[in-house]
Amino acid sequence: MQFGVFSVGDVTHDPTTGRAPTEHERIEAMVAIALRAEAVGLDVFASGEHHNPPFVPSSPTTMLGYIAAKTERLIVSTATTLITTNDPVKIAEDYAMLQHLADGRVDLMMGRGNTGPVYPWFGFDIRNGIALAYEHYNLLHRLWREDVVDWDGKLRTPLTGFTAVPRPLDGVPPFVWHGSIRSPEIAEQAAYYGDGFFHNNIFWPADHVRRMVELYRRRWEHHGHGPAHTAIVGLGGQVFMRPNSQDAIREFRPYFDHAPVYGGGPSLEDYMEQTPLTVGSPQQVIDRTLGFRDIVGDYQRQLFLVDHAGLPLPAVLEQLDMLGELVVPVLRREFAKGRHAGVPNAPVHPRVAARREGSGGAVPDDDSAAGHPTAASPAAGAVVGARA
Amino acid sequence: MTTGAARGRRSIVVITAGLGVPSSTRLLADRLAAATERHLTDAGIESRIEVVELRDHGQELVNHLLTGFSAPTLQAVIDQVVGADGLIAVTPIFNASYSGLFKLFFDVLERDGLAGKPTLVAATGGTARHSLAIDHALRPLFAYLNAGVVATGVYAAAEDWGASGVPADAGLVARIDRAASELAAAIAARQGRPAQDPFADPVPFDELLRADPPAG
Repeated sequence: MQFGVFSVGDVTHDPTTGRAPTEHERIEAMVAIALRAEAVGLDVFASGEHHNPPFVPSSPTTMLGYIAAKTERLIVSTATTLITTNDPVKIAEDYAMLQHLADGRVDLMMGRGNTGPVYPWFGFDIRNGIALAYEHYNLLHRLWREDVVDWDGKLRTPLTGFTAVPRPLDGVPPFVWHGSIRSPEIAEQAAYYGDGFFHNNIFWPADHVRRMVELYRRRWEHHGHGPAHTAIVGLGGQVFMRPNSQDAIREFRPYFDHAPVYGGGPSLEDYMEQTPLTVGSPQQVIDRTLGFRDIVGDYQRQLFLVDHAGLPLPAVLEQLDMLGELVVPVLRREFAKGRHAGVPNAPVHPRVAARREGSGGAVPDDDSAAGHPTAASPAAGAVVGARA
Repeated sequence: MTTGAARGRRSIVVITAGLGVPSSTRLLADRLAAATERHLTDAGIESRIEVVELRDHGQELVNHLLTGFSAPTLQAVIDQVVGADGLIAVTPIFNASYSGLFKLFFDVLERDGLAGKPTLVAATGGTARHSLAIDHALRPLFAYLNAGVVATGVYAAAEDWGASGVPADAGLVARIDRAASELAAAIAARQGRPAQDPFADPVPFDELLRADPPAG
């Protein structure tokens, strides 16, 4: 199982000091968070993509390429890549290039974005959100699997005799997750292609998460990728920890009360009860996270949001230290217990899997990685890659 | 999941945005509910009335607006309204329109939640001078939501509760009765339709991929 962090990349003032970081400080903080994630033994760093203030990450592959150059094991990913308003041709090129530079340590999460004006800014119509997600991804999927593409769609200019370069590393496209909070169409899309499905699991009660993942698993089986329990599921989560839970609550409350996404609304206590937000001790985070398995079944990737709402970088890095030292080792061990024998690990590039095997089992997942069949996608006719 | 119609028993939800306890808005809501139940009984149809005081959910409504999801107790109310065979919606008139609390509820209701639903709209106010708010404010709101609003809306001014010398066929009681009979007839005529669950029965991907984009 993979563990990591994902960042929205918001520039939010710290309510306890009234000061907001500069864009430059925030960008450097995101890099520092990614480097610390690797240092403390996490597996994944994922960056959001935004094209409006108060967010900084408009150019994910630039940032992820820089992070990849400064790390050795970390998988760099997105949360999410805007499949609607980006040109799928450019996504194919950018992320294949990143894959080469990072020696395979790359995957992506597709999303539609939730900022209405981004559509017209990039020349699209928000009413076509789902249609764009479908058509653009369909083209991207082909560009990574067919050397020469003839393509004619409804929402992009046609392509004749087009080859996206560079070709994916060793002919294995980056693994793709599809993220959606509430659209069953996206769960269906992920299932159709045999791709992963990620639920951000942050703004939403457990029952909604359960329904989305159940649908995805059922349709995964329907589309012929194997039994439902072999589908590839990722979840988000949101935590703030201190050794003493009362300290965590006291320190986090002003950030919660003023956060752009829920400030002025429910109390911290109600929000923790109704959503997966966990503010407390590392043990409380462990207990809550292990409970996610009861909602979605055995799953493959757990990402935590730890750097939003104006939290200062030192506090965020302390969260990473606690995750790496106290939380994730226990989660790896406990999630491995009782895990259904046929549940695969998250797909990674064969080079990543080979390096892990070569490293002598330093990564706890390694022994379970061997021997699982890779999922062949009938939609693609291509093999995704080894699982590790 | 079946609606009340399929079971032979119809469910009617009453949404009242009155603020006082007791409020004249609730008083009007109860009279409308009782009259509707009577008309259905006369037609041989059993019904069940659920009254929701929005005041009890005020904080949850604001929270939904700010966070995008409902607390469990508010979600239960939303599910009740979406699943109901008929709706009676009553609001006090503030500043020439429905109250903010009333609007909040319909702003967080899921899309298509009221589509085709037999609905009776009613309002209360201090004087009869605001009575056209029913037609200028409530009807456009429910038309947008595709609710099946019955022809008679009921407005009750303070003076209506003790009016003397009003002809029996023109007073508040008569208006309540006429509106209730229209709602009962609409509920009786409505066929129970199974609720659509996009999670139970997703549109297959091939079909979605081939579909024309909504905005050409």
